[in-house]
Amino acid sequence: MQTSILIIVFAPLLAAIVAGLGNRKLGNVPAKVITTGALFIACGFSWPIFLQFLGGDVPATVVPVLKWVQSGTMTFDWVLRVDTLTAIMLVVVTSVSALVHLYSWGYMSDDPDQPRFFAYLSLFTFAMLMLVTANNLVQMFFGWEGVGLASYLLIGFWFKKPSAGAAAIKAFVVNRVGDLGFMLGIFGTFLVFQTTSIPEILDAAPGMAGSTITFLGMRWDTMTILCLLLFVGAMGKSAQLGLHTWLPDAMEGPTPVSALIHAATMVTAGVFMVCRLSPMFEAAPAALTVVTIVGGATCFFAATIGTTQWDIKRVIAYSTCSQLGYMFFAAGVGAYGAAMFHLFTHAFFKALLFLGAGSVINAMHHEQDMRYYGGLRKQIPITFYAMLAGTLAITGVGIVGVAGFAGFYSKDAILEAAFASGTSAGNAAFWLGTVAALLTSFYSWRLLFLTFWGKPRWIESEHIQHTVHKTPEQAGEDTTGGYHPHESPIPMLIPLCVLSVGAVLAGAVFTHSFIEDESFWNGAIAFNEHLIHSMHEVPMWVKMSASIAMVIGFVVAWYGYIRKPSMPAAAAQQLGPIYRFIYRKWMFDELYDYVFVKPAFWLGRLFWKAGDEGTINRFGPDGAAWLVMRGSGLAARVQSGYLTSYALVMLLGLVAAITWVLF
Amino acid sequence: MGGFPILSAMLLVPLVGAIACLFSEAKTARMIALIATLVDLVLGIVLWMNFDVGGAQWQFTERAALFAGFDYALGIDGIALMLIMLSVFLMPVCIGASWTSITKRVGEYMAAFLLMEVLMIGVFAAQDILLFYIFFEAGLIPMYLIIGIWGGDNRIYASYKFFLYTLLGSVVMLIAILWMVIESGTTSVPALMVYDFPPEAQTWLWLAFFASFAVKMPMWPVHTWLPDAHVQAPTAGSVILAGVLLKLGGYGMIRFSLPMFPDASAQFMWLIFALSMIAVVVTSLIALVQHDMKKLIAYSSVAHMGIVTAGLFAFNVQGLEGAMVMMLSHGLVSAALFLCVGVIYDRLHTREISRYGGIAINMPAYATIFLFFTMASIGLPGTSGFVAEFLSLAGVYQASSWAAFVCTTGIILGAAYMLYLYRRVAFGPQVNEDAAAMPDISIREYLLLVPIVLATLWMGVYPESFLAPMRQDIAVLDARLASAAPQGDAHFEMGKGTPAEEAHAEGEAH
Repeated sequence: MQTSILIIVFAPLLAAIVAGLGNRKLGNVPAKVITTGALFIACGFSWPIFLQFLGGDVPATVVPVLKWVQSGTMTFDWVLRVDTLTAIMLVVVTSVSALVHLYSWGYMSDDPDQPRFFAYLSLFTFAMLMLVTANNLVQMFFGWEGVGLASYLLIGFWFKKPSAGAAAIKAFVVNRVGDLGFMLGIFGTFLVFQTTSIPEILDAAPGMAGSTITFLGMRWDTMTILCLLLFVGAMGKSAQLGLHTWLPDAMEGPTPVSALIHAATMVTAGVFMVCRLSPMFEAAPAALTVVTIVGGATCFFAATIGTTQWDIKRVIAYSTCSQLGYMFFAAGVGAYGAAMFHLFTHAFFKALLFLGAGSVINAMHHEQDMRYYGGLRKQIPITFYAMLAGTLAITGVGIVGVAGFAGFYSKDAILEAAFASGTSAGNAAFWLGTVAALLTSFYSWRLLFLTFWGKPRWIESEHIQHTVHKTPEQAGEDTTGGYHPHESPIPMLIPLCVLSVGAVLAGAVFTHSFIEDESFWNGAIAFNEHLIHSMHEVPMWVKMSASIAMVIGFVVAWYGYIRKPSMPAAAAQQLGPIYRFIYRKWMFDELYDYVFVKPAFWLGRLFWKAGDEGTINRFGPDGAAWLVMRGSGLAARVQSGYLTSYALVMLLGLVAAITWVLF
Repeated sequence: MGGFPILSAMLLVPLVGAIACLFSEAKTARMIALIATLVDLVLGIVLWMNFDVGGAQWQFTERAALFAGFDYALGIDGIALMLIMLSVFLMPVCIGASWTSITKRVGEYMAAFLLMEVLMIGVFAAQDILLFYIFFEAGLIPMYLIIGIWGGDNRIYASYKFFLYTLLGSVVMLIAILWMVIESGTTSVPALMVYDFPPEAQTWLWLAFFASFAVKMPMWPVHTWLPDAHVQAPTAGSVILAGVLLKLGGYGMIRFSLPMFPDASAQFMWLIFALSMIAVVVTSLIALVQHDMKKLIAYSSVAHMGIVTAGLFAFNVQGLEGAMVMMLSHGLVSAALFLCVGVIYDRLHTREISRYGGIAINMPAYATIFLFFTMASIGLPGTSGFVAEFLSLAGVYQASSWAAFVCTTGIILGAAYMLYLYRRVAFGPQVNEDAAAMPDISIREYLLLVPIVLATLWMGVYPESFLAPMRQDIAVLDARLASAAPQGDAHFEMGKGTPAEEAHAEGEAH
């Protein structure tokens, strides 16, 4: 197992280095073969490890790689550690990554910079694998920032577009706000535990209950403040309410990137972190309440925005944000198994939805606005069925007690756990989650109906007009403009089919292990047996609530976008300011610009012009110069520029001073 | 090493080279300088390989009495070794960076650089406090010349400002040194490092040294000479200024202020923290609004040096080691960033950021290397910048969570100003035709930058090579400071009824 772990983690790194340094000299095909090959190898080694863990009671494997830092009592090394939690992430990361690599053969086939793209993808995978195999908090932080770098590079991949550059910076800087919390959390953890090793911290965490510490002049419960600081990091990476603003903008990156990084893997790192440190969070009930509330609020808030957006990728991006909220409040109520299960199923169906969207965008000549889609069902049938599978999975279609698609199992488990936890935060999260389930169903079906049903509205799109060389007037009655969307090439369809299987089956196959099997987890997360029991005992209406919400959402979407298409505009008109508030994403960007960005530049100019130049220089060196200039003619020579004379004077002075003291 | 006086040899080689350069024409002078600096690099490597990690504190000592207790005494510990390595590593790079861009008075220019190398090695190797002072102050003379003769349009103003600031600090430090020598009766630095000055005297001595070191660092608010000096200096001048000269202040603090005046250091901890916090936040914000590339990087240096000072005065091993790694890391990274600016300055002759844009299209290799150093500067894990930032801030946190919080905001601001710079230079469409026509980096430029890339990665992935030689010296210093170290603000307390074994955490966490 040790060798396979090393191969899994370092094969993508080697591939990234070769493809990245070779770049255009290497050529497109070799770069693609090397990176994609490395990922399929990594994927091939990951599944046997996961299946082994699925058997139950497998202890963690630790592979030391290299010494990293030793400073006084602080030591941390490069070590790979694989337990159940990591094994799950290994299959998620390597499978989705391998499929996205393959998909990109088709999607990026016209791009002149393919080796660079594939090198970034593989680099990302390496960093993500370092994150999930971390045995200490600092290596986790390495992976954390490494995926941030890859995300920055890939969002900015089409760097000629100014919007891509801006989105890349925004992603990095907003994540750094979270990282500020993460870093302080690590410092505090080290101060308290005298180690950064995760297993040692988790062992000692329960003993810290009741201890107190001062942070920023306030007295805190130790575990509460540490967990809250670490959770700020998780909020940044997983785009939770307040630190979410970078995720929708990150859609500037190529669509395969959105599928891999901004849906299936990187953004789930925060959830992974909370689960990885679950014994720590269990010792901090107050922090868990915060996690629950933030998760619940995010899942609701992002879903509302998802219902109003027109850009197909943005809808899915807000959907991701919302689904991450589910995972967090699951963790917040102590159902770490359910959180990880939703992470697992979500990785498949959300990657599927993004890749499907990419296939639609590809067919529609880079048009991303759903207002210009319509009637694509027959033109691109495989994409349609794949996205249908994804939609059935995300909305959680299924029959209680019988069977269902992937999301049915994981989302229902989360809602049941929230209700069963019995806390008021859990209860609030349950209701928020149920409403969000309704909204999820609405925006997902809205997306599907707008794209695949109805009459084609293609000629309204500038991209299509550009292609067919017609204006809507010239096209007249024929709203297709004579444009023929084509189904995507095989390399793009294979990942869609594979992920569809995942979206359909992942729930049913793995639900027992993830939710109920303590021996599967084998201590990798804090397993709350009591909660599992109460989950079974929730009232029937609780079990049904998600399905009911799903049906209502579907019916409303069907009525508004198929039955009576004039309804949405009328509703938007009716709601007026509320609609605009939601449509403009709750005004977060405007608010942050006003509160943080503009003042930062203003302060910078103030400190520069009024501070450095207006005060320090004026009364310091320039003031002195002025005095000197006004003084004797001898001093005026200071301005002459004969620097050697200063040096001479200084040395003479020095010799004189020494002579005076010593003799 | 037997009895071979390797430190003297390292001083002699560039000195002889400098004299030879003065009497040579341009072409020969360049070759002489390159060879001399490379020989010194080789000697440096020999020095490092023969340094006995964990052995005697002072190694390679040489001593020759000159007059009246004033000795020619050299010797190094791990801290000095690392800084000497940094100097000898960057010197050939400086010569290479000036290879084609300097055409005026080449002989004198090369001589100035070689003289600078002599003086830099001298500062770090000097074991006599007066000898140190001479090297320390004289090291600025070649820098005045480099800025004043080979600098930009406003070079006289810049060199004058540089002179004025440093002069101010130096005079008071000299008086303090003389007082110390009379009081203790010795000029030996190792002896002074264990000499206990009376606490009330420590206060004044500390302030006198601080006046000089704070300027050299530079700390806010005596930093305003740095942006001007950088902007006016030729590329290699900026490289050596950012790479080595800015380390003199930090070296002075770790060699003199802390071990010689531990009580005063503890007393002034909050002064240092306050100035460091202001430096990190204020100069980062200023860096955000710069439109001159060199000025931006100069301001970022002030912010990074703020982390160094905060780490040094955290009074624990992580803070001290982090500050040392930060000095080494910043020496590599900021030097490389100035080289990167130099590369495009040589092509377009402007430092104005808006004159560039989209150069990742025509200079992909350059864009990659520039991005690497941008990331190293903002402390991406895997590069030296992270180890530096992480250790020093972890140290600061143990002393004060407020100081750590404010200094850690530097990771956000740093990312903002560096990525904003990178975006304006490398990303976006090609708006300026002349910038779009620039050729990618040449072999010579590769040779300058790639070694720094490798060193930065090495220090980021396996910093043990750099930490190990310093470990014992830092431990000695930490022990010396232990009695004076202020208590941290965490006041960690266990809950009731917890096992006693956990309670030791509090004691260790200062």
